[in-house]
Amino acid sequence: MPAMDNAAVIRVAGLGKSYETAAGLFPALKGVDLEVRPGEFIAIMGPSGSGKSTFMNLLGCLDTPTVGDYFLAGKNVAQMDRDALALLRNRTLGFVFQGFNLLPRMSLQDNVALPLVYAGVDRETRRERARALLAKVGLGQYAESLPNRISGGQQQRVAIARALVNRPRLILADEPTGNLDSHTSEEIMRLFEALNDEGITIVLVTHEPDIAAHCKRQVRFLDGQIVSDRLTGEGGA
Amino acid sequence: MIHPMLGEAWLAMGANRLRTALTMLGMVIGVGAVVIMLAIGQGAQYAVQQTISTMGSNLFIVLSGSFTTSGVRSGSAGAPTLNVADAEAIAELDGVTNVAPTHQGTRQLVYGSQNWSSQIIGTTPDYLEARAWTIVSGAGFGDSDVRSATRVAIIGKTVAENLFGDDDPVGKTMRIQQNPFIVVGVLGSKGQSLDGRDQDDTVIIPLSTAQRKVFGTPFLGSVRMIMVQADTAENMPRVMDSVSSLLRQRHRLREGMPDDFFMRNLSAAAESEAETTRTMSILLGAIASISLLVGGIGIMNIMLVSVTERTREIGIRMAIGARQKDILSQFLLEAVMISFAGCLLGLILGLGIALAVNALTGMVVVISGSAALIAFAVAAGVGIFFGWYPARKAARLDPIEALRYQ
Repeated sequence: MPAMDNAAVIRVAGLGKSYETAAGLFPALKGVDLEVRPGEFIAIMGPSGSGKSTFMNLLGCLDTPTVGDYFLAGKNVAQMDRDALALLRNRTLGFVFQGFNLLPRMSLQDNVALPLVYAGVDRETRRERARALLAKVGLGQYAESLPNRISGGQQQRVAIARALVNRPRLILADEPTGNLDSHTSEEIMRLFEALNDEGITIVLVTHEPDIAAHCKRQVRFLDGQIVSDRLTGEGGA
Repeated sequence: MIHPMLGEAWLAMGANRLRTALTMLGMVIGVGAVVIMLAIGQGAQYAVQQTISTMGSNLFIVLSGSFTTSGVRSGSAGAPTLNVADAEAIAELDGVTNVAPTHQGTRQLVYGSQNWSSQIIGTTPDYLEARAWTIVSGAGFGDSDVRSATRVAIIGKTVAENLFGDDDPVGKTMRIQQNPFIVVGVLGSKGQSLDGRDQDDTVIIPLSTAQRKVFGTPFLGSVRMIMVQADTAENMPRVMDSVSSLLRQRHRLREGMPDDFFMRNLSAAAESEAETTRTMSILLGAIASISLLVGGIGIMNIMLVSVTERTREIGIRMAIGARQKDILSQFLLEAVMISFAGCLLGLILGLGIALAVNALTGMVVVISGSAALIAFAVAAGVGIFFGWYPARKAARLDPIEALRYQ
């Protein structure tokens, strides 16, 4: 990893994204500036249509911006090609989805190990790391099970383990508790808190204030722009 | 990298077993058909080549002309227009490898209490060479036997079996029209000729002996037929032309007078037969290849369905770091695996049916390793060719679009 302790993990400048629609160009994101420092735990909030998902997809290197710059770990990714973005998704960050997105035909262990396959890691190391991470999220005994044998909360833990398997310093989560009940959501958030305590930077999207309360900083989006950016008090909203 | 992908391709194939099996069936039938058709086609070619090789190659015969008496015309070889000297002159021509004047007819053979009627060919030692006939026991006769008209004979297998039974014919004495002949050799079996005659029902004796002791001839030295072998198939027309003009010159035929001899190309029929079988086997192979093509289209179809069905899976894989070539090779590998598995089964099926055809009908089938190899190469090619488009389609999906796909 490049020197990140002082440099920003994420620095976004004038980031904009427009979509072609039948009614012409629709600007989903209008010139966003944001800086995320190592070890931060940020909640991105806002109503639907505010551009927060678009922003997350850009941060996750799943999409490319129309205008602006995005520096991830010091490198400008705004104009990178598809394979370079794939490499960043694989090594530099871990993405957690609302719908878990595990592959249904694969065992949990294989699901967790899948990013390592694309990283070209050997079989034995893949197995070891996947087992260790499943144990870390409390699902070591289900390593050989298929995803449909476990609950939603457990599936999201597996998805987090998968996001961690290539040892990224940044986790992006798009409404990770959106499909879970409040009790399970609490568990997932405690897992994120534990990871953040280990020094991993976390950015998550949520529209639930309870969830955002776990984070150290809250950024609010409206109409494709950041309207508020403030630090959260200890446990307070 | 390839190893875990093979496992995944295997999983994907197993996820919808019936569909995979049906897709494979297309390849099985295609490859099976190609293997069977090639085996049968090559078998037919082999059979024809065997027949041709016993007949001799690049052969033509010169027959003496016909004559007319009181309006009644004899057939060809009716008039004694050819003689041994003609044969010797032909032998001097360029491009002629063997010349054998012959005189043949059917006579009764007697050995002990057995008798048998067979075709007697009086000729020179060149004859065996021209027709590529071999002697399996004993020996042939030489030019000296022809010069001194010795009573020696080489017999075919059918004659040996019918006249001598279990005895070894070599060294025994049989009679042809009261004349004792010593059997000096037995010919190797050649089977039927193209028109179905038994080529093994033959006795070969020196030409001079045949003329003096067996057939008799009003004009000593005249022959009914001269067999000529050219050195190559390409030279045949040229050699035939030069033989024709040589004979006209020797027989003092003026411009405008008809030939007093006939010429027949023996190889032409055989070659056209060989050409027919070659065309047939190419045709069979082509038709079979079409089924291979259809099988390939089946693979493409299923892979396209598979890509659509697994759009979300592709999106997930991309989101966790799969590059375009990872997705491409995943789907390509799947297509090639289906193709290969189908090819292997088709190969086994095709060989099984070809062997069964051989066992049940006795039809000659030739199974060559190269045909199997070609089938495999084609299957791999079909897999890659028809798998390419769906795989590329998968690899080019936009990660966001793919993830949103329901």
